Amino acid sequence: MTQKNTSLGKVLVIIPAYNEAETIASLLQQIHHENPSWDILVVNDASKDETEAIAKATGLARVVSLPFNLGIGGAVQTGFKYAFRNGYDVALQFDGDGQHPVSEIKNLVDLIERDEADVVIGSRFNKKQNGVKTHYLRRAGIKIFEWFSFVLIRQRITDHTSGFRAYNRKAFTFLASNYPTDYPEPEVVILLGKNKFRMKETFTQMLERQGGISSIPIAKGPYYMIKVLLAMFMASIRSRIIYPEEEL
Amino acid sequence: MTSTINPNQVQYIAIAFSLILFFVILFLIRKRRIKEEYSLMWLLFSLVFIVFALWRQGLDVVSGFLGIAYPPAAMLLILLMAVFLIMIEFSMIISKLADKNKNLAQEIGLLYHETEKLKRMLKRQKKQNQSKKEKTAKVKPTPDNNAAQNIP
Repeated sequence: MTQKNTSLGKVLVIIPAYNEAETIASLLQQIHHENPSWDILVVNDASKDETEAIAKATGLARVVSLPFNLGIGGAVQTGFKYAFRNGYDVALQFDGDGQHPVSEIKNLVDLIERDEADVVIGSRFNKKQNGVKTHYLRRAGIKIFEWFSFVLIRQRITDHTSGFRAYNRKAFTFLASNYPTDYPEPEVVILLGKNKFRMKETFTQMLERQGGISSIPIAKGPYYMIKVLLAMFMASIRSRIIYPEEEL
Repeated sequence: MTSTINPNQVQYIAIAFSLILFFVILFLIRKRRIKEEYSLMWLLFSLVFIVFALWRQGLDVVSGFLGIAYPPAAMLLILLMAVFLIMIEFSMIISKLADKNKNLAQEIGLLYHETEKLKRMLKRQKKQNQSKKEKTAKVKPTPDNNAAQNIP
């Protein structure tokens, strides 16, 4: 297959995909072009369109198809399970809607490989705003998450909703057996913080989404906010799963 | 027409219904329509109902103890508690089932992926074996050529 290059460990790029037939092929080509030594796993979350066939036809990705729709959390967790069982060192979550530029992947992977953190989150807000405008209500919501999670876990994370994250083996092994299901991203931050994982954010450019629609329309915002804040709070009162003396 | 209400009538009905409830649940367990572990709450509360149906002063004692002025309200309280506890138990069971269900779906996805990979490998191996046989039919094999090749 592809030759190993300078990359230190085996890297798995996990793409949770639900009805991404339009964009998946070009995305896979871009990632493969960026670094052929990365393995790509498409977790097809029971798409109703041709996502699975198109992804397989490219021959660039392993494709795992779920028998029914589990939602983004269940799909990403499937990827962690795959990464755990197949001996990967770095797992990277990369949402299939084309919002994150492929060229940023290596920055996240680098930080993990240099062991600067267990989890690296690609954030939209870490530096000053970039080209793409996020709706101001959405930004306000994300700001509330930032405050709330600082109160809960004392770590400042600016972009809780980012679906662009890299994990080291310790972190994705943990998440392979503990992962929330709906709207999981903010909750995962709390879960990881509570269990003493080192988190770090890095600024990433954002692109306009190329296909699909946001999983959270603005109109559903208040409902989403309340639900996620509750879930974050509940994640924070749950008992720790990893204790300091227990090493993975 | 004069209708006289038998003062014991409500008690007979209460006893009858709580016994029916108890035996219906036992019957369902016997027929394996309910698993024992999910029936404990039901059995417990149907026994509680039987106790209060038989023990006439029971409700007065309980309502006196809780400071409830109107004893039948104590019955409603017990009933509500029963419903609440059983529903909470259901929520727990459903949560566990949902989790197992999700894990199963993930395993199916991963296993299907594995089987497809294995099938492809088998096919490739078969092809290789065939072409090897054709070769050996033509040329005399040397030990080096025969070394099993690793499938990438």
